[in-house]
Amino acid sequence: MRHIIALLLIALTAGTAVAIDTGPAFEDPALQARYEKLIDEVRCLKCQNQTIRDSNAFLAADLRREIRRMLEEGKSDDEIKDFLVARYGEFALYRPRARGKTLVLWLAPAAFLLGGGLILWRILARRMAMPIDDETTRET
Amino acid sequence: MNRYLLPLVVFAVLVPVFVIGLTRDPRELPSPLLEEPAPQFALPSLHDPERIVGSADYEGRMALVNVWATWCPGCRQEHPFLMELAQQDVVPIVGLNWRDNRPDALRWLEALGDPYVFSAYDEDGRVGIDWGVYGAPETFLVDPNGIVIHKHIAPLTREVWQQEFLPRILAAGGAE
Repeated sequence: MRHIIALLLIALTAGTAVAIDTGPAFEDPALQARYEKLIDEVRCLKCQNQTIRDSNAFLAADLRREIRRMLEEGKSDDEIKDFLVARYGEFALYRPRARGKTLVLWLAPAAFLLGGGLILWRILARRMAMPIDDETTRET
Repeated sequence: MNRYLLPLVVFAVLVPVFVIGLTRDPRELPSPLLEEPAPQFALPSLHDPERIVGSADYEGRMALVNVWATWCPGCRQEHPFLMELAQQDVVPIVGLNWRDNRPDALRWLEALGDPYVFSAYDEDGRVGIDWGVYGAPETFLVDPNGIVIHKHIAPLTREVWQQEFLPRILAAGGAE
């Protein structure tokens, strides 16, 4: 029985073990780590809810190849991201950079929280100022 | 009454925002290339691997750069209209044959007609990436100064041509 359960568990996770990117790893582990991080953060524009690591569209393969080439040429992560944004727009990055138009994406949550907090505080302050006893209101 | 006013105003503002959002196609991305210089390219010609063709061939002239491939159903859909445009001779159509294979592409042009002044053969998609191509068919309008003045994603139709391309071609002083 335990064997069967183990087998079923393995079968369940088998899907995640299918590698799409079958290119050879970099010899330098640091470079490989940067590569893996980048392909996890770049959107496949053809299949918009996938990263280029997860997608087997040929556009994703082309973008992985370009990122690999740029890493080998010694480009920095920022330079690689600039390359992609210049061609496909900010939408290509899953983690938008905090500059220009995308700044709003980073600031909006804080602004909403602050605005909501302010409204809540005002409502509470008003309620605190109200008389607690109903009879006192009737008397005045 | 006053306490209902603010939520009502918020609601009235949000509804049009969402309605507009619903009518927009999320697959159509704004191109960062718009109003920017079009990427230069030089690639082997589809018809003759020995011949190099590219952006230098339409330098100083207006051109329509059309990204196509035989695996792309939308390209087949727009092909008759491209043929029509080529006959009208308003603006030269440059083909970027993207991620295709040469025999298939040549057979396609032979069977359906060739609207292009030339087709560049972008076998590994390198030039496609420079142009920010993510799904064929895509059509770029490049003005005589080499600036991308319009981009259309999805098959080109007469309607799109008349509404989006012709006014821009005329505004840029017409072709040639």
